[in-house]
Amino acid sequence: MTYVTSDLDPAAAVLREVVPAGEPWMGIVKRGQRFRIVDLEGNQAVDTLFYSAARPEERYSAQDTVREQGNIYLTAGSRLLSNECNTMLTIVADTCGRHDTLGGACSAESNTVRYALEKRHMHSCRDNFLMALARWGGGLDKRDLSSNINFFMNVPVTPAGKLTFADGISGPGRYVEMRAEMDVIVLISNCPQLNNPCNAYNPTPIELLIWDAEGKA
Amino acid sequence: MVTQLRERIEEKGTILWEERVRGGAHWSGIVRRGVTLRITDLEGGSNVSTLLFSAEDHLERYNMPDTLKAQHTAFLTKGFVCYSDMGRILCSITEDTCGWHDTICGVSNAAMVRARYGETRYQEHRNDRYQNAFDGLLVELAKYGLGKRDFAANINFFSKVTVEEDGSLCFHPAHSQAGDFVDLRFEMNTLVALAVCPHPLDPDPQYRRRDVLITARETGPAPADDPCRHRCPENQRGFENTERLYR
Repeated sequence: MTYVTSDLDPAAAVLREVVPAGEPWMGIVKRGQRFRIVDLEGNQAVDTLFYSAARPEERYSAQDTVREQGNIYLTAGSRLLSNECNTMLTIVADTCGRHDTLGGACSAESNTVRYALEKRHMHSCRDNFLMALARWGGGLDKRDLSSNINFFMNVPVTPAGKLTFADGISGPGRYVEMRAEMDVIVLISNCPQLNNPCNAYNPTPIELLIWDAEGKA
Repeated sequence: MVTQLRERIEEKGTILWEERVRGGAHWSGIVRRGVTLRITDLEGGSNVSTLLFSAEDHLERYNMPDTLKAQHTAFLTKGFVCYSDMGRILCSITEDTCGWHDTICGVSNAAMVRARYGETRYQEHRNDRYQNAFDGLLVELAKYGLGKRDFAANINFFSKVTVEEDGSLCFHPAHSQAGDFVDLRFEMNTLVALAVCPHPLDPDPQYRRRDVLITARETGPAPADDPCRHRCPENQRGFENTERLYR
């Protein structure tokens, strides 16, 4: 596992916002801006989707991203590709080491399958996504929920093809930082899942930071 | 070996229809609950990029992550089912002679096909032009009013891509042999869209057109003692969710 740190000063960020456990967040990051997600207390899955702000039908594609980099894990240097194979963001710093993009987002319906029919009532990432999209407007809805990134989540795959949700490898204060290569809409669910170790069974807050492009006040 | 397997696997159900889909081409259709679709790789080395939607509600579609995490797998073969994003099962894989189908690598696209195999246009090459799965599937989706927003992660039948310890992808050439087949028993009325185009990681420098045969049989949906249903408790609950639609 390699770690790449960032020298950007949080005091110079144009946005600093704490997202409480289990809440959604939606916003815009402009081309050239840096976007950092901090796992404040450790082992918190951050389910994330990106859309082109100019033309949202261009959006993050997990399959294109893993295929073109030839690796299923995301880390510093990973280019996050769209469904049209354009680079939306590049991961420029990562002090966690690797992030998942195969595990998808939890939902009320998938919780009934994975855990029990009685778990339907429990809060989930896809309910968060749907609420955030409904508030955002602009014509985005359930059709636009494609396979997401799970920052800080550990989903190992073995050569024999076994996939598991394992204990996290993140820790308090670890972060991932991206440079936007186009103007993007960011959709986040700070994962509320209580039924598996993706949040160490204890969802916690995250912090989001945005810095303007270098050379821009 | 394939011949032996084919002899061993009892041919179940009356054939409803059969159609050969040419390599490079795309196809779509509605397959009813209770129908089993056999896709046969006639020449070996084919790849069938596939998207699945509920025929009644196109918002409900094949969900790669839900399929993988419910069954703790990174690939598909006999015994696994294909989940929708609504906790239901679109189809079950009831037979499979090649043992591994990829669902993490996505589809070929126009730029990739042009860079790898060269430029071909209809004007010069007619129906032998090199088609790609992204455009082929978009055309099929458009016939139902669907578009890029509906184009979620797909399945690549007959292709094997494994993941090494460090996460790197490894494509296995010549995985599927002539005559290999996969049976998809549909548990929901499903819109199926296919593009029979080379896998995006296939290193073969030639664009190979490898036809497949699709055969629809009336088999009925999953019985009570079905191995896919009992593969894991997750699938039992997935079948319960699915069957509620049809009670």
